[in-house]
Amino acid sequence: METIKSLALRYNQIMFWVTIKRVSKSGWINFKRNGLVSSASVLVTTITLSVITALFLFNASLSSMIVSLQDKVDIAVYFTIDAPEEKILALKDTLQNIPEVKSVEYVSADEEVLAFRDRHADDYLTLQALDELGGNPFGGSIRIKAKDSAQYESIASLLEGDSQVARDNSQIIERINFAQNKVVIERLNMLIDGSRKAGGATTLILAIISIIIMYTTVRLTIYMSREEIGVMRLVGASSSYVRGPFVVEGMLYGFFAWLITLLMFLPITYIITRQIGSLMSMNLYQYYVSHLFSIGSLVLLVGLVLGALSSFLAARRYLNV
Amino acid sequence: MIQFVNVSKVFPNGAIGIEHANLGIEKGEFVTVVGPSGAGKTTLTRFISGEESPTEGTVLYDNVDIQSFSGAELTALRRRIGTVFQDFRLLPNKTAYENIAFAMEAAGKSDEEIISDVPHVLQLVDLQDRMYHFPNQLSGGEKQRLAIARAIINQPEILIADEPTGNLDHANTAEVIHILKKINDLGTTVILTTHDRQVMDAIPSRVVTMERGLIVGDDKKPSIKV
Repeated sequence: METIKSLALRYNQIMFWVTIKRVSKSGWINFKRNGLVSSASVLVTTITLSVITALFLFNASLSSMIVSLQDKVDIAVYFTIDAPEEKILALKDTLQNIPEVKSVEYVSADEEVLAFRDRHADDYLTLQALDELGGNPFGGSIRIKAKDSAQYESIASLLEGDSQVARDNSQIIERINFAQNKVVIERLNMLIDGSRKAGGATTLILAIISIIIMYTTVRLTIYMSREEIGVMRLVGASSSYVRGPFVVEGMLYGFFAWLITLLMFLPITYIITRQIGSLMSMNLYQYYVSHLFSIGSLVLLVGLVLGALSSFLAARRYLNV
Repeated sequence: MIQFVNVSKVFPNGAIGIEHANLGIEKGEFVTVVGPSGAGKTTLTRFISGEESPTEGTVLYDNVDIQSFSGAELTALRRRIGTVFQDFRLLPNKTAYENIAFAMEAAGKSDEEIISDVPHVLQLVDLQDRMYHFPNQLSGGEKQRLAIARAIINQPEILIADEPTGNLDHANTAEVIHILKKINDLGTTVILTTHDRQVMDAIPSRVVTMERGLIVGDDKKPSIKV
């Protein structure tokens, strides 16, 4: 049957671009004519994309909260009154060169006493006692911030343990507050780890549920067209020609849902920021607006791919006529 | 052109659709397949369009086994076959014009051909005034005429009409038969299935009689007016 074979080949060669044009047009017309079904599908897709956008913002907010918490924790090293400043500064330089260390802040003895006076400005008795002592009873101190809160223990062990740094500076170090902060730091580490895991799991579960709901909706709309698909096949339409308009329709669901989601989150993030912004470590509205392009691109991609893929897979089932 | 060689079909539930059918159909013939419901008429035509595969035997199209066709080859074959169904099977979301244009698009026809041929074929079946109507805005007879227009738009080699008059009144039946005869006169092979003896008697064609999946008769009948 050479003629049938050559006909099939010729058809595939000439039809590619014409098919793209016709399929797109047909998908758009079907989308418009199936008004109610299209609206329902766009609505469900909007819910899916909203969940994904919300998860994206939740994770950004969680990360910001973790960073903010981590910033509140440090190790303070207090030096003896007679510790030479150059030795303290040398230790500061040594610590700054450690990869795990984010920053080291030096507070001189003079700054310490000024800070003390500021803190106790209303406490006349304490200030009087300080004056009676004469001179400066405080030594200098340094505050060390780690890049990750899990690294504080190793930094503390470097200063307190049997290391060369500890041995060289044992004369000038009066105390290190890691032991007092240890419980807090460990709890913080557990909280951060737990939040990341819970956030990741929640994101994954909700994203999967949303995708399943969207796929089921698209599948349902295609199920309603199953007889139509059979007829199209019988009048000689190829699988891709039958499937194409459904894929375009799916992408249109994704596109319109993306548009709605993107616009909807402007007032939502604004209201959240106004209502509970003080409880959050970031300005959600500003974050959303400044990341509109990246969030928008990601959500659009998800919407188009999900819409196209759901239609592609759902239509496949009815094409074997 | 089409050969059924010892074709049998047993459905998954054990029901016998066709039993040892041997039949040859030549180019340009008008073949009426008659028999009561469940005789196997529709199953027989579904072998030709590749909708059904025999469980035994072969169906040949121009001496090639239809079962050996790939998906793309089967699609190409379907573009050479026009099909008309009892329940019309029109695309509900497309207008009369678009239903026909779809068949042309599927066959790879250009936009120019579509613009020129669709109004012409709609005129042929007297639906030129219904061009932008959707199927649910058409009467039964109009739907069937539209289905015929769609089936013949690509000048198929074979037109399969499966109980095309089953849902039509007397006047529309006569109209459909008239159109089918005209199509056959232009050289298209027409295979018509019907359980209606009045329809069969109206067509001067070769008559294949089926009963319970068996071909029990194959002869020519003289024509009388419906």
